[in-house]
Amino acid sequence: MTAAAKTKSSRRFGFKLTRKRIIALVLLLLGAFIFIESGRLDSELLTTLTFESRLSGETPAVADIPVPTSAYLLVIGLLFMVGGALNLIDFEAARPRRISLALMALCGALFIPTVIVAAAAGNATNLTTIIAESLRLATPLAIGAFAGIWCERAGVVNIAIEGMMLFAACFGFTTLFFLRGTALPLETAQLLAVIIGVLAGGLIALLHGWLSITFRTDQIVSGTVINILAVGVTSFVRREYLLSTEAGAAKLGNVAIPILSDLPVVGEAIFTNQPIFFMMFVMLAFTHIVMFYTRWGLRTRAVGEHPHAADTLGINVNRTRWINVFISGMIAGLAGVWFSLEATGSFNDGMTRGAGFIALAAMIFGKWTPIGAFGAALLFGFSDSLGIRLQMVGVGFPVQFLQMVPYAVTLVVLAGFIGRASPPKAVGQPYVKE
Amino acid sequence: MSGAPPALEVRGITKRFPGVLANDNINLTLRKGQVLGLLGENGAGKSTLMNMIYGLYKPDEGEILVNGAPVEIAGPKDAIGLGIGMVHQHFQLVDVLTVTENVMLGNEAVSGPFLRRDKARREIQALSGEYGLDVDPDALISDLPVGVQQRVEIIKALYRHADILILDEPTAVLTPQETRGLFKIMRALLDKGVSIIFISHKLKEVLEICDDVVVLRRGAVAGQADPRESTEQSLASLMVGRDVILEIDKSAAKPGDEILNVVNLSVRDDRGLPAVEGVSLGLQRGEILGIAGVQGNGQTELVEALTGMRAIDGGRFFIKGSEVTGASPRSVTEMGVGHVPEDRQRDGLVASFTVMHNLVLCSYYREAFSRAIVVDDRAIADNARQLVEQYDVRPPIINNIAGGLSGGNQQKVIVAREFSRDVDLLIASQPTRGLDVGSIEFIHRQILRMRDAGAGILLVSSELDEVLSLADRVAVMFEGEIIDIFDIDDADRDTVGLRMAGVRDETQMVGAS
Repeated sequence: MTAAAKTKSSRRFGFKLTRKRIIALVLLLLGAFIFIESGRLDSELLTTLTFESRLSGETPAVADIPVPTSAYLLVIGLLFMVGGALNLIDFEAARPRRISLALMALCGALFIPTVIVAAAAGNATNLTTIIAESLRLATPLAIGAFAGIWCERAGVVNIAIEGMMLFAACFGFTTLFFLRGTALPLETAQLLAVIIGVLAGGLIALLHGWLSITFRTDQIVSGTVINILAVGVTSFVRREYLLSTEAGAAKLGNVAIPILSDLPVVGEAIFTNQPIFFMMFVMLAFTHIVMFYTRWGLRTRAVGEHPHAADTLGINVNRTRWINVFISGMIAGLAGVWFSLEATGSFNDGMTRGAGFIALAAMIFGKWTPIGAFGAALLFGFSDSLGIRLQMVGVGFPVQFLQMVPYAVTLVVLAGFIGRASPPKAVGQPYVKE
Repeated sequence: MSGAPPALEVRGITKRFPGVLANDNINLTLRKGQVLGLLGENGAGKSTLMNMIYGLYKPDEGEILVNGAPVEIAGPKDAIGLGIGMVHQHFQLVDVLTVTENVMLGNEAVSGPFLRRDKARREIQALSGEYGLDVDPDALISDLPVGVQQRVEIIKALYRHADILILDEPTAVLTPQETRGLFKIMRALLDKGVSIIFISHKLKEVLEICDDVVVLRRGAVAGQADPRESTEQSLASLMVGRDVILEIDKSAAKPGDEILNVVNLSVRDDRGLPAVEGVSLGLQRGEILGIAGVQGNGQTELVEALTGMRAIDGGRFFIKGSEVTGASPRSVTEMGVGHVPEDRQRDGLVASFTVMHNLVLCSYYREAFSRAIVVDDRAIADNARQLVEQYDVRPPIINNIAGGLSGGNQQKVIVAREFSRDVDLLIASQPTRGLDVGSIEFIHRQILRMRDAGAGILLVSSELDEVLSLADRVAVMFEGEIIDIFDIDDADRDTVGLRMAGVRDETQMVGAS
């Protein structure tokens, strides 16, 4: 009886399509695809990985690496297939299980280099530039994601990051535009412009707080209202005050970090950069330390998870939320002025192009932690920079496809490796004292 | 009472909520180093009163005195400052934080803005040692069983130097052994001069631990009693305001044909971990099989699997001899199975529907209540009027929104729906959780009526007293397994309690039923 029951149940539930198996299957198919494609390439084809830009004849500080494209892809294809196949099997013993998982992780890590090698087949591609560009383009996404963390960790949904960014970009640039005519030195004017932009973000966040904390409006609705308002107000400002001249302004100047900027290769590509770029790292450290090592962070997380518990311990839930929302808005403002003051030196309608929403995605992918969000933002930045480079190089098939790949990878990796993200429990719920 | 000076006095406290007089001119005195028991049915105003002492509500009238001096308590911060600590009925712990973080939250050990977890950890360890509150300071709350979470709550109060401790229904979530452990901790606290207000439904416990008892009824003090001169009967009558039959008058079971047969059933929980592992049991018509066990040992998953609400990992089960493994909830219902779910708000009712519609949730599509694709509201209303009267749902207004009823009356709606159908197998999970003495009595009588009418009843309850007083056989569930089954005449409270705590006695493990 018991034995019969067992057979039946194992027949019914024998092979389960678990998350791991889905990933393994994807990996297997991808490996097969790469393997077949590699056979079609000219075996003489070389992809040269370089690390710095230089004129011909100069000796490089770091030697170039020539990669035989076809052979490389052949190996990668095989590796992916083996990794995928091994992970389809459920090993009982710990050792083979560990090996197969490690292999899967290795395949994941090799994915981006593979995209680069395949995309640049037959050409030289500068890795340092790709990394530096990825970091640069990740700046507004990462800072925006930190803004989201401040807000949501305290239990307030912030889908208004986009709108806050746009407000900041507009008012920051408008400030600079009007200060340009005065006797102020450029640096001072730029600094003031950044500060006004940051404050503009904070001010809009106060509107979000007023609607969602004081009046307990649905936080999604409040955020949407702000996003729509931002589009309207900023294009009105541009049309009324900026369009007549339509002139650009000087971008924020480069800053060289002492000592680090003297390093070969990375010194110039990364450690000599614009100020908001460096602020990304400052905000990363600041957010991480405040959230996990200070009293304020502990209280913020408690308020976002279980506000009633915090209340019974004498913590003022709504005050905590107000302050966090305000800080969140200012950080979003910093991300916003990146567009107008650091990247372009101008303001255009809707110039944030959805970066606020991508930042929100980065925050969720990073599981509401600053380090995770930073990693996710980098991945998105990489995808942006790859798209730009491929457009310049000119490849045989639609650029949009390669641009899409890192996002697709993100989805697969998150669904497979990281699992379901769990937001702060009280996020989106207004706190009502009984 | 004895001459100890009062630690806390409440004088003439009145609190009104819109349309309700929650507390009406309440007076009580807690003496230093003593336990004051606070008894009352649900909605009698106990929690409201305690929330005022802890500063979560503001009284409309009256005053509170701490150590003889009148005080103003505007918020929990003031209460904490006065040395008042409260362990809430629903623990106020943040799941994703560690024990140390939860304990220090709001009174953090810091240097500058930075947390000093090491310092707080040392203080927690000192408190643990002093009062026998065994806890790992670095554990995440979500990993701890409720008994340990309760210790964390007590440590939280002691960390803030509380010398007046309010325990709101602390034993509701504990096994008998854990309750004894709690009483030991309470005695250690009393020895150090802490005074305790102990809120409970369980009369036995109140009689055991309290020095003085105050009974609330409908927001007012119904009486004061000296536990040395009281009985459970006298306290219950004081609480309900009429004589209550505590002992269930039960005839012997007359088991008939087998109605439910479970073979080697395994089920996973929401996280995909094994929750039920190889459970086999049988149930006959006309008997009550009680499943005792501390909450979270797989009972929830077992019931959900049997009612078709959860996928099965392995094994099979039969109702009336035909296999229903993997059947949908509706087909299980159609086989004559009634289900009183554990979480009435989530699985038992649609809170935003009216009482009359909730009463036909599993039969609205039947011919009696619908014509073609249109539901027949008149038939539904007739059905509801009859059931509301028969099952004494208060207020008896069938158009009321179910979510607005009190817990006891919500439960009566569910019981009315499930018991009024033609049911052969009844699966009742925590049927009286959180209900007051009067409602419990009513529901227990209904369950016995069903049994005597020939239904087989699977009663899952973490209240050992409930299982022991109703069941004809008692199965104990621990970590997903049925570790022992007793006939009711052999089920002795202490042995069953030990099994609930996972103590297996090999000498008694006679080959399973």
